[in-house]
Amino acid sequence: MRGSVRTGGGSKRRGTSVASTGLIAVALVASGCLGSGGDDTPADPTKNADATEFTLTITSNAIKGGKNSEGAEWIEDYVIPRFVEQQAEKGVTATIRFQPVGVDDAEYKSQLGLDLESGKGADIIDLDGIWVGEFAESNFIKPLDDVIGADVVSAWDGWDQIPESVQQNASYQDVRYGVPTGTDGRVIFFNRDVFAQAGLPDDWQPTSWEDILTAAQTIKDELPGDIVPLQLNAGTAMGEATTMQGFLPLLAAAGAEIHQDGRWQGDTAAVREVLELYETVYGTGLGDPVMQAEAKGRDRSFQLFTEGKVGMLLESDYFWRSVVAPGAEVAPMADRDEVVGYAKIPAITPGSGVNGQDFVSLSGGSARVINPNTEFPQQAWELMEFMNSFEATEEQVGAAPRITHRDDVNAEVLSGDPMLTFIAEEVVPLTLFRPGLLEYLDVSVAIQEATYAIIDGATVDEAIERYQSDLEAIVGDPDAIATG
Amino acid sequence: MTPMPSPPDEPPTVGPADRAGAIADVAPPQRGRRTATDVVGLGTARAVWFVAPAMLLIGIFLLFPALWTLYIGSTNFERTGPNHVNPEFTGIDNYTSVLSDPSFYNSLWVTLLFVVFSAVFGQNGLGFWLAWSLRRVDRRVRRTVETLVLLAWILPSSVVAFLWIAMLDRHGGTVNMLLDMPGTAWLVDYPLASIIIFNIWRGTAFSMMLYSAALSSVPPSHLETAQLAGATGAQTLRDVVFPHIRGHVLTNTLLITLWTFNDFSPFLITAGGPGDRTEVAAVYLYNTAIRDGDLGYSGAISLLILVANVVMALTYLRMLRKRSAT
Repeated sequence: MRGSVRTGGGSKRRGTSVASTGLIAVALVASGCLGSGGDDTPADPTKNADATEFTLTITSNAIKGGKNSEGAEWIEDYVIPRFVEQQAEKGVTATIRFQPVGVDDAEYKSQLGLDLESGKGADIIDLDGIWVGEFAESNFIKPLDDVIGADVVSAWDGWDQIPESVQQNASYQDVRYGVPTGTDGRVIFFNRDVFAQAGLPDDWQPTSWEDILTAAQTIKDELPGDIVPLQLNAGTAMGEATTMQGFLPLLAAAGAEIHQDGRWQGDTAAVREVLELYETVYGTGLGDPVMQAEAKGRDRSFQLFTEGKVGMLLESDYFWRSVVAPGAEVAPMADRDEVVGYAKIPAITPGSGVNGQDFVSLSGGSARVINPNTEFPQQAWELMEFMNSFEATEEQVGAAPRITHRDDVNAEVLSGDPMLTFIAEEVVPLTLFRPGLLEYLDVSVAIQEATYAIIDGATVDEAIERYQSDLEAIVGDPDAIATG
Repeated sequence: MTPMPSPPDEPPTVGPADRAGAIADVAPPQRGRRTATDVVGLGTARAVWFVAPAMLLIGIFLLFPALWTLYIGSTNFERTGPNHVNPEFTGIDNYTSVLSDPSFYNSLWVTLLFVVFSAVFGQNGLGFWLAWSLRRVDRRVRRTVETLVLLAWILPSSVVAFLWIAMLDRHGGTVNMLLDMPGTAWLVDYPLASIIIFNIWRGTAFSMMLYSAALSSVPPSHLETAQLAGATGAQTLRDVVFPHIRGHVLTNTLLITLWTFNDFSPFLITAGGPGDRTEVAAVYLYNTAIRDGDLGYSGAISLLILVANVVMALTYLRMLRKRSAT
């Protein structure tokens, strides 16, 4: 019995090897398909331009009752019905859908990348401005001029209202890929209740890092132990927030930009200064390192801030308008206007900030792009124009003011909100933007890991050594890294 | 193919595999080439047709992805950016750099601890203990315990992950309230221990069911004889029960080892953190591929993980075969 099985075995094995040779061949043929990114055939702007019936989908990392709830409400309750109405007046049947998402930005980005690569996804997509270059390099998105047609795009009167610096948020290498949707600024938020209990002033404005540390020490000395004086974003769990709402503003305060004069900041005095500040804050109990290691540590710090358990946070004005705003979903504070104070971020000592400034900030912003795979490019652009019109933008920020991309709207709405006026008038003029370079995203991860090393108990020397070697691996060229 | 057939009358000296080989060679091979040698008279050509669908499925769903992974692992393909549009062939670069990457060894070490403590000892031990001690208790008690244990197994991962995060929460978590230890951040201070205990809780049901079935195959007369002979509980287990269920122990250990090795649910609780302290192999792979977007590099990692899986499976299968041969 066994003998016969075995005799057959020889030929079976031969069959298998034939099959596997075939498979290798298939793999090698198919492997030619790897790469090429998104579809790189030229878009056809005139496709379906005369359709009397069309369907478009909008997506954004916003969801009613969750993340960026107001943004989702604006799209669902204002943009869609109004636009459909307008089209109906022209005798066109429009069906507009909103695809809400409410996840971490990194996950949202992965999803968009997969959608765009496979030729699917919503027709109008919200992106973080810092992803534009990466998506453009991957052929996931295309210049507006190619998707819609240069004459149509440049004919839009809205461009005149959008400052050049803000347009950069939706551009890559000076080519427009979409329409920016506003900008922001970073400040130090403080809880006035905590400050009052510690005997600190109501209108606090530090002029040096020393002032910040003194205030933190005062809170620590004067108040019970469960109150965290100063929580600086650090570590890997909160991703880009560590870089954008922590390390980079502090680096600017130490007098450096992360990418300056064609070189990345490696083991430099400024990077050391920032990591030493982290070490001081988290090594001497002025901040809570465990919270930074928790998966949802940033939300926790928001929560504790509203409960009067955190003294100071370095955050973007997003914190003011979407986190602690009365009626917000994350950590609303009914008495926000009285309790939440804000101050500009000081340089280490006056005049030692980047460009010799006394105060510094960082800004970002997002962009709305049109999916190059859309079936209705002209209609999508029409919808885009409508979403960025004066009326729609004013409606969007009417209930929840923010700095928009349109100067005419800003002039109207910001006067009602002293905090955003403060950002627009005092912070935005000081601000820096992140470098629009592909390596930035990897450098940002290296920064997060360096700050994680500090909260995990490493010394500044250990953290910076690892950071330097990570940076060398990312950048490759040693001349492109500044040291010393 | 087989070296010099040993004469059948020579006493078999080495392992059972050789003995099988020796028996195999007893059949006259020459005749087998010309006519069908199998019982049903199928012949080689038709036999190939019979196995072709199975081979095709294996080829499409197993071999092809493995080769594809091998190929991606030899490029610098990335999720986005220029290397996404025009990936380059980099040969074995990824493989050599993975093998010298401390993060890779960290993930292997974390996985080893996770597998050994949560599966091999934890689920195995607890599952057996539950099966053994529930043998003779009241049927209702037994059903209730079994249902509860099973529930932990069949609930969706995302749901149980949420429960565990809430339970281990630093502020107001159930565990801290029960133990009266406010402010202990279990997932930060004891992350690996937390996911090990989580996985024991989560996966014990399978071992429990398998051992319940296995224990019913132990003849009651043997147990009674042992009892009459005055054997202690430990002696009974060792000398009476264990020889009967050795095969089940091996099978169970193989299955839960492989499952746990490739388990992704720790990600739902700790996302690999803090730092990389719970970055088991599957999570390390996910973080490299999806979070960092290094698809080429992660292709190399997954191929190495695949090899590790195959080695583990083959080792166990060998042990099983050896056992069934004796």
